[in-house]
Amino acid sequence: MVSTSSVSTGSVSKGSTGGGGFEYAPAPESRAIVDIRSSYGLFVDGGFVDSLGGRSFKTVNPATEEVLAEVSEASEEDVDLAVKAARRAHSRTWSRMSGRERSKYLFRIARILAERSRELAVLESIDNGKPIRESRDVDVPIAAAHFFHYAGWADKLEYAGFGTDPRPLGVAGQVIPWNFPLLMLAWKIAPALACGNTVVLKPAETTPLTALLFAEICQQADLPPGVVNILTGAGETGRALVSHPDVDKVAFTGSTEVGKSIARTVAGTDKRVTLELGGKAANIVFDDAPIDQAVEGIVNGIFFNQGHVCCAGSRLLVQESVADEVLARLKRRMATLRVGDPLDKNTDIGAINSAEQLAKIRELSDIGESEVAGGDGERWSPACDLPAHGYWFPPTVFTGVSQAHRIAREEIFGPVLSVITFRTPGEAVEKANNTPYGLSAGVWTDKGSRILSIANRLRAGVVWANTFNKFDPTSPFGGYKESGYGREGGRHGLEAYLK
Amino acid sequence: MTTTSPSRASALADVTGSEASLRRFLHGLPGVDQVGAEERAATLATRSIKTTSKQFALDLAIAMVDLTTLEGQDTPGKVRALCAKAVRPDPADPTAPSVAAVCVYPDMVPTAKHALGDSGIHVASVATSFPSGRAAMQVRLADARDAVAAGADEIDMVIDRGEFLAGRYLEVYDEIVAVREACARDDGSSAHLKVILETGELATYDNVRRASWLAMLAGADFIKTSTGKVQPAATLPVTMVMLEAVRDFREATGTRIGVKPAGGIRSAKDAIRYLVVVNEVAGPDWLDPGLFRFGASSLLNDLLMQRTKMKTGRYSGPDYFTLD
Repeated sequence: MVSTSSVSTGSVSKGSTGGGGFEYAPAPESRAIVDIRSSYGLFVDGGFVDSLGGRSFKTVNPATEEVLAEVSEASEEDVDLAVKAARRAHSRTWSRMSGRERSKYLFRIARILAERSRELAVLESIDNGKPIRESRDVDVPIAAAHFFHYAGWADKLEYAGFGTDPRPLGVAGQVIPWNFPLLMLAWKIAPALACGNTVVLKPAETTPLTALLFAEICQQADLPPGVVNILTGAGETGRALVSHPDVDKVAFTGSTEVGKSIARTVAGTDKRVTLELGGKAANIVFDDAPIDQAVEGIVNGIFFNQGHVCCAGSRLLVQESVADEVLARLKRRMATLRVGDPLDKNTDIGAINSAEQLAKIRELSDIGESEVAGGDGERWSPACDLPAHGYWFPPTVFTGVSQAHRIAREEIFGPVLSVITFRTPGEAVEKANNTPYGLSAGVWTDKGSRILSIANRLRAGVVWANTFNKFDPTSPFGGYKESGYGREGGRHGLEAYLK
Repeated sequence: MTTTSPSRASALADVTGSEASLRRFLHGLPGVDQVGAEERAATLATRSIKTTSKQFALDLAIAMVDLTTLEGQDTPGKVRALCAKAVRPDPADPTAPSVAAVCVYPDMVPTAKHALGDSGIHVASVATSFPSGRAAMQVRLADARDAVAAGADEIDMVIDRGEFLAGRYLEVYDEIVAVREACARDDGSSAHLKVILETGELATYDNVRRASWLAMLAGADFIKTSTGKVQPAATLPVTMVMLEAVRDFREATGTRIGVKPAGGIRSAKDAIRYLVVVNEVAGPDWLDPGLFRFGASSLLNDLLMQRTKMKTGRYSGPDYFTLD
């Protein structure tokens, strides 16, 4: 189980879980704002329809294991109908519409997302388990910002640097993960629509609800039928979608394993593909770093969204000369993290998204425990009371980790940090790059020249300097190596949806 | 209350030995990244403090107020009225706590001392040519000695920001040490020393951190953000950086130093945000009027109004709260 030890000498913050003092009373966001239906159909050609296959599955609240709704599982025939609807909408309406007209719809969707932001945030937290502070302050505002950003591009595509007459690809089949359900939907749908494509999107099986609410928003915005189609389902549905012969473009965010199988499926076809896959990012802290902010960046890097972040800073590379100090401060800070009810406005760490994911995190953490036990490392978590029901894992740090350990190589996708030390900048770069992944990295130092030189040598799609996990619609995002290919966001993100 | 402990001297004795060593030490402190620090403060400001925790925070904040009047137009009558309010902030509700101290100019110390009597509320006096500090050293020390002789329990001194910005750290250090000595009373006890950094003139968080350490090394009991005469006065991130400094100083020496944001904190909501930062950055030990104060005047009425709202469930108008 979880071992706890006291933090360095002197002041140990009692934090939220300790007794006495300034206890924060529960401050739950009200669920009343959101109306969850008992069952949902598929969103095809502008309306909700029953699945032809007739199968369905349940989506649960991971914080309580309460069943939230019955959701249709799209069959191959459903996929075919949706792709046909998207094709019709593309050839008859959407691709013929001027960019200026398309942008009006996108601006309208963006405004509705902003207007209904509280509803979306509450629903996201209920279905996903992430703290309301994050869905409210990060997921939903950035999702709306993506629509605003790409709405602005829709009538300026000739000036985006992709030729004087860029054309849409056609129908995009998009499959998104459960870690940022609405935000990933926005990353996929906004640029596709701006460029004149129509989409069939499959949300993850554990988090379909905000995508279904987004379908209602498309209706509210009077988006022409068939431009956006939402098919709920699991792996089978996703496979049917990406292998459908009339899909021109496949966009996937998810695990490297599934990404590879998608790449195999579309190989030999003329489908265009972008893949945004796993990561094992190095967060590199040099001895001249602003220590207090670096500790915040480490915490934000790995505990943001329970570590369910493909670009999470899951490997802390810290210079040996400051390793003890950084670690003591990190542990002290971790003791103040508030784990619990995702709808409580003061919660920092919510629930693990599913029982399956929790089992995976536990398994890798147990392996890590035996791996570091041989050296002078340890597994450490602050004392925290986890709720009795639901899927929970405490923020955890492993010290004494080496490059050879599995917890330093495999993506855990949970609130688990591996601490590795280094002595020289060269060694830091070598260790940071010594992974099959290459999605993101962080550099912490007060020295500007070092930021530039290290960033140039890191094989990662995004390098953050003195910050971490910053997302902005104007900035491209994507990976090197087995973290995938193609870029999403910004001007670069248009390229994936134009020919 | 904290005093200069022997450990403070021994742990960092060599630091203040020369201009060069002091400079090396202050410039060797870890830097503060402005963007990151402000983000952290902004995140903490989103904490939602409701019901019982809000009641706790409001009462604590009232007990931490240094009720202040520092105007050229101050009269004995005004100071007496302020003292009456300090003792019993809410005449309609005797359960409202008294404030921590009344803060006045040196010439008003006898009036305040007399008005507060044996209430236990401290008299704090600004000194050392407040607010600019631009006077000869002898004048500034005489100013402080005067206030102590008149009965001030606490001295709020200003540092010479010009010397600090010019990099003459040892002179600022010596100045604080000298004022610390001027705080000594004949009976061997000493007035409590608060050192005002005037962070609005120090411009960077790196400077705020260095000035905080400088003041603590020189024997400050409290470090205070501002005079209230310069904009910006207290801000949440500046106070957070100072709280990190006292937290780290305690780890290094075992001595706890207080923090006092002053100026610009007007609403109960703001005050609660500061308490959240105290709680999560320095730790719950600092949630004590002996280690954290608000330098404020209009803040008190908003705290009282929110307190009444918590008790009765409705807001009463500002006319129900006294003006002084």
